[in-house]
Amino acid sequence: MKQINKGIAILAISLLASLAVNAGEAEDKGLRISKESKARDEGWTDSKAELEMILKNQHGQTSIRKMRLKSMEQKNDGDKSLTVFDSPKDVKGTSFLSFSHTVGNDDQWLYLPALKRVKRISSRNKSGSFMGSEFSFEDLTSFEVEKYDYLYLRDETFDGEKCWVITQFPLDKNSGYKRRIVWIDQSEYRIRKTEFYDRKDTLLKTLVFTNFHQYLDKYWRSQRFEMVNHQSGKSTILNYTGFEMKTGLNEKSFNKNALKRAR
Amino acid sequence: MSKFFSSSTMFCLLVGHFFSVQANEFEVRGNIEVQGRFFYEDPAYTSQHDSQLSFAAAPEFFWSWNDDKDSFEFVPSGRVDQYDDERTHMDIRELSWVHVGDDWETRVGVRREFWGVTEFQHLVDIINQTDAVEDVDNEDKLGQPMINLSLVKDWGIVDLYVLPYFRERTFAGPEGRPGIPFVNTNNVLYESSNRENNVDWAVRWAHSIDDLDIGLSWFDGTARVPLFQPNVSPTGQAELLPFYQQISQLGIELQANLEDALWKLEMIRNTNNLKNYWALQGGVEYSQYGVFDSNADLGWLVEYAWDQRGTDIFTTFQNDLFFGTRLALNDVESTEVLFGFSYDFDFNSTSVLLESSRRFGDNFKVSLDARFFESDQLQDPLYFFRRDDHIQLTMQYYY
Repeated sequence: MKQINKGIAILAISLLASLAVNAGEAEDKGLRISKESKARDEGWTDSKAELEMILKNQHGQTSIRKMRLKSMEQKNDGDKSLTVFDSPKDVKGTSFLSFSHTVGNDDQWLYLPALKRVKRISSRNKSGSFMGSEFSFEDLTSFEVEKYDYLYLRDETFDGEKCWVITQFPLDKNSGYKRRIVWIDQSEYRIRKTEFYDRKDTLLKTLVFTNFHQYLDKYWRSQRFEMVNHQSGKSTILNYTGFEMKTGLNEKSFNKNALKRAR
Repeated sequence: MSKFFSSSTMFCLLVGHFFSVQANEFEVRGNIEVQGRFFYEDPAYTSQHDSQLSFAAAPEFFWSWNDDKDSFEFVPSGRVDQYDDERTHMDIRELSWVHVGDDWETRVGVRREFWGVTEFQHLVDIINQTDAVEDVDNEDKLGQPMINLSLVKDWGIVDLYVLPYFRERTFAGPEGRPGIPFVNTNNVLYESSNRENNVDWAVRWAHSIDDLDIGLSWFDGTARVPLFQPNVSPTGQAELLPFYQQISQLGIELQANLEDALWKLEMIRNTNNLKNYWALQGGVEYSQYGVFDSNADLGWLVEYAWDQRGTDIFTTFQNDLFFGTRLALNDVESTEVLFGFSYDFDFNSTSVLLESSRRFGDNFKVSLDARFFESDQLQDPLYFFRRDDHIQLTMQYYY
């Protein structure tokens, strides 16, 4: 009897050990794929785009916001971006400057044209709604490898594409999420879908990327982001138009003088 | 201001609306508004009324050329008030040419420029004069003629200003409410013999280092905030005459984003020929995101104001505590409510404000504000507003 117990114990230990190895492998695989996804997207330098944001409430009523977006890639740091709002009319000319960072808090300032005032926004606003949409500020900042821990889950086909499914755990305590699950396609390492789980680990939102275009024969960009909030029943669609890369923007396009001038 | 002048300028302001077009080179936008103020106590002064209607417009004309390196902006602004001849006024908020160089920028003409970090009072902000007839919150500013060179360096942004002309503060007239009917703006006193033509200058360095925003400024010229000199008019009426001193002012701005809070401090050192003084405004803003299981954001504000001159001088914020809370629903209509409260420890007076706004459709915005003033000491500037509790309804159309 003792012998059998001992045998079971050894079996259990070896099983646990192999699980641990698998978990380690799953972490490495998740990280590797996410790193490659980011690496394939490096070198675009800067971009410009026009954005249409369609807000839809639980009754299906819609409202449209328009804005223009300039972004610039940073070596070894998060991107810089400048967003100018064109509609609704009462917020026209309001601009938003953001320096995202791989480690630590992002820096963000809002320019209010009626008061001619540049106002810093608390970096805590990560989980706050962007312009009343279902996107939070953190959903719209650049993806940086250092911001998450990773766990590869499985292979799965999504939208006709073979994908890796990976859980990403945010390291920032100000993140609004416990985890997010991403579907990265195996052909081009593009993120096709993201599920967001709130701090209570309940499914909060699903974001689906469609209408991909390739720029400069290298960089894939989705032209349509659709975010559905499962808890509120509301959704937001982001449509990108006039997307351009390597437009000649530089550091000076992203300082506070540029923010005040943006319109 | 004559009624004829105001109606013709109103016509010009309205014309902007009908030329609303958009192009890369030329753009027109702006807003028109109708506003009603409703008071529910009898006025403290017999010249005042129980309600007051007004109509305002502010079109914005914008041109840009030379690949956006050059731009020109023209923003006239005007209001016609049912009773108050002083509030019926016209101003040029912006009329300026901006040229952008490699790491510098020149801005020439009439402009508005904001300095500072705090919410309830803007001590450091000194370039523009307050357009005090627009609202009691001192947030509206008159356009200031200037030549401004802005230099962008790795170690911050340096702005140099030459300010060749001074703008007097606006005050409500005898029929305006809230107002102090015996301020006589037709008889203004200056320390400088050049009066409003004194050439002022200013310089400011501002920089952001990680979570910290820093600003240091120096201003030399005519004070924007007047002192008041008691006087007896030729008709035997007691009145107050605005007196504008020559001053030098050092301004210090600090803002730190620590954890969930923004810590803010503004300090000034004012040197002049009567009495030098320090003053400060400081506090904290804390924000909560996604409250009530919704998209709504809730902000909390606490600030304190101190002025070394204390109660020796006719100033509103010398030992005052401020508290505020702002709820932004982040809904399609951008519904917002702000509640603010201030308490003066020296005069035991309070003022309360409630501001709410909501968008209707794509072009309309409606604001409902309420203000309450409580003061029973004559030396307290707020005393003049003690009967002026009111509700203000504003409807704005944006194009």
